Amino acid sequence: MLNEPARPSRVSHGGQEAPALAEATAAERAASSHGSLVDAHAGRYAARARGMVASEIRALFAVAARPEIVSLAGGMPYITALPLDAVGDMAGQLVAQHGAVALQYGSGQGDPALREGICEVMALEGIHAHPDDVVVTVGSQQALDLITRIFVDPGDVILAEGPSYVGALGTFASYQARVVHVPMDEDGLIPEALDECIARLASQSQRVKFLYTVPSFHNPAGVTLSAERRAKVLRICQRAGLLVVEDNPYGLLGFDSEPQRALRADDPHGVVYLGSFSKTIAPGLRVGWAVAPAGIRDKLVLAAEAAVLCHSSLAQLVIGEYLASQPWREQIKVFRELYRERRDTMLETLSAVMPEGCRWTRPAGGFYVWLRLPPGLDSKSMLPRAISSRVAYVPGTGFYGDGGGADHLRLSYCFPEPARIREGVRRLAEVVGAETEICATFGGMPRTGALGGASPADLTGPAGGAIRQ
Amino acid sequence: MSELEHVLVLAGGLSPEREVSLRSGARLRDALREAGVEADIADADAGLIPAITADPPSAVFPAIHGASGEDGSIQEVLTLLGVPYVGAPPDACRFAFDKPVAKAIARSAGLVTPPSVTLPRETFHDLGASAVLDRIMATLGLPLFVKPARGGSALGAARVSRAEDLPAAMIGCFAYGDTALIEQCVPGTEIAVGVVDLGSGPEALPTVEIHPLAGSYDYAARYTPGETEFHVPARLSPADAKEAANAAVTAHCALGLRDLSRTDLIVWDGKVFFLEVNVAPGLTETSTLPMALEAAGRSLGTVCRDLLSQAAARGT
Repeated sequence: MLNEPARPSRVSHGGQEAPALAEATAAERAASSHGSLVDAHAGRYAARARGMVASEIRALFAVAARPEIVSLAGGMPYITALPLDAVGDMAGQLVAQHGAVALQYGSGQGDPALREGICEVMALEGIHAHPDDVVVTVGSQQALDLITRIFVDPGDVILAEGPSYVGALGTFASYQARVVHVPMDEDGLIPEALDECIARLASQSQRVKFLYTVPSFHNPAGVTLSAERRAKVLRICQRAGLLVVEDNPYGLLGFDSEPQRALRADDPHGVVYLGSFSKTIAPGLRVGWAVAPAGIRDKLVLAAEAAVLCHSSLAQLVIGEYLASQPWREQIKVFRELYRERRDTMLETLSAVMPEGCRWTRPAGGFYVWLRLPPGLDSKSMLPRAISSRVAYVPGTGFYGDGGGADHLRLSYCFPEPARIREGVRRLAEVVGAETEICATFGGMPRTGALGGASPADLTGPAGGAIRQ
Repeated sequence: MSELEHVLVLAGGLSPEREVSLRSGARLRDALREAGVEADIADADAGLIPAITADPPSAVFPAIHGASGEDGSIQEVLTLLGVPYVGAPPDACRFAFDKPVAKAIARSAGLVTPPSVTLPRETFHDLGASAVLDRIMATLGLPLFVKPARGGSALGAARVSRAEDLPAAMIGCFAYGDTALIEQCVPGTEIAVGVVDLGSGPEALPTVEIHPLAGSYDYAARYTPGETEFHVPARLSPADAKEAANAAVTAHCALGLRDLSRTDLIVWDGKVFFLEVNVAPGLTETSTLPMALEAAGRSLGTVCRDLLSQAAARGT
């Protein structure tokens, strides 16, 4: 059977006879051996592609997507709570009646009627913007990409909360920015720390391009910047002449109070606001936006055209029609109640079962709880144990650009039903218990970060699709 | 050989090697279809037994890596279902999947394998990790390779060259399993040798030399095209190449394997060291077995088709 004639080979070009597989001709084969990297283009990639490699963490998340695993990792909105029949009818009619527009190219800035609708949504957070100030984007993720593209040269500094949103860190890394984290507490970003950080970087002649912040129901920290601190943060940035990029996908998903006033509401010239329909309507439509001062807005439009020419006309019209004809404010209330119940379930179960030494935040909205492990535990190195125990979370290292966060992990309660949340947290408690025992066994011995942490790049992209938001 | 009507490629599973297995499975299915076989992919989940019972395939090709795919579980289930499959029977899988057991069997068959220690986490707990690790380092020296006793794709494995890095490596290893294999790190040329048996006895395929550019053949180096340089055949002396091929066939036979396997070896200073053997070798674009087949002038699809025919003819 092994006597087929030899064929030219992409790997070796050896051309040896197949029957001589193991015996003889070894010298001939060695002489004819050519190295192969499998990827014929290896060596030509840009420096910014250096970190784009397969990772253990992504392999583990491929397992986490299976229904046997309770995933407390993904930040997927609970889309089934939408009136899917009504949305479906609406989309069908749009194509039937306005197909010539809905299926045609559109403008780089976005559909004008949708931009009016967006202004109406932002008014709930105290923002009074003109539709001309709005640039529609492919989710707010693209807005992040565009704003980084127009501001950041390799080596420039971006300030961000520590921890910060993994998808933003991935974008910043792809433009070779250096992220400097500013600490938070239960009231969000600490203004004094921000002030000190800006001064320190200025003394080092570092080029700081903007402050990236998620002020409400932070991803992953779950905390919200207090009203008093919002004013302080704005004052500090104004004084330093530092642009603020306010990312606010969860602002309308507060459980206990009216929406917080956005930073943009009090400083239209110093803040670029990023918004999204991914959490309030549906992420599959990929519609987000940026609101920016005129000079920045013009560059964003040009950058958007260079990136995608224009956005999906159909998706924009669906969102526009949804805002015009569906009870969207009531639907947001439905989401809020649903997520509040799930948050309560998660917090109650955490209190009931987590071992001593764990601490976690109590989010007043949004999707996430940020949990600190007992001393000595490493959330990345614990993840395989969790997956074997059929529960998934996101290791904290993904939310830092500097390798920090190993002692934390992110839990999300937005997607699993309450009974699954309870089961998942119980499994996690057992995992933490077992890991604590292992660490105690090897404790008291010097520990180093020999294994490294999950980097933001591990958690973005296809495998991270379910966990990045 | 038997006529194949419809075959199933098993891919996925719930081990950390799920993603790799899905890629192996998809590539194998495509190769089989090119070779004229009607092949579909099935996951090892609650739908598998009903699907096989309702429409029994001519034969099954397990391409599930890691536990359940390689530890004999899936082979046991296929035997229960009376479905012919490619690869080793359950007992042989169990021995092969357990690295310390495979090393012991290889050694008793005359192969050389790096000195190592196998210990469960309880031993470290009961006797004190520090004392045990100190003794291990005193005996085996540094650098060491720490890996889960059962598992693949270098998951949970770490090369340790400083004593202070050992505890973290042990913790990382025990997150993947309850028993650790701590092995002396043998320098030299890392090679993989596939073995195929199409009815006339096991034969070694051309050796594949693995040269990870960043130094370590870790998960990223294994599955990122461009991170590892492969040489087929390996740049070995004729004597070393012959000994490596013989070692792979010896391991295949000693462990009671069947149809195909892949043995990982290190060649150093004229000696061939046995590391481990895989009963469901990776078949991705960066996996070594398809490279070896290609270098031998064989196509993945026809060889796997013939293995399936052979399995169908053999029955269960």
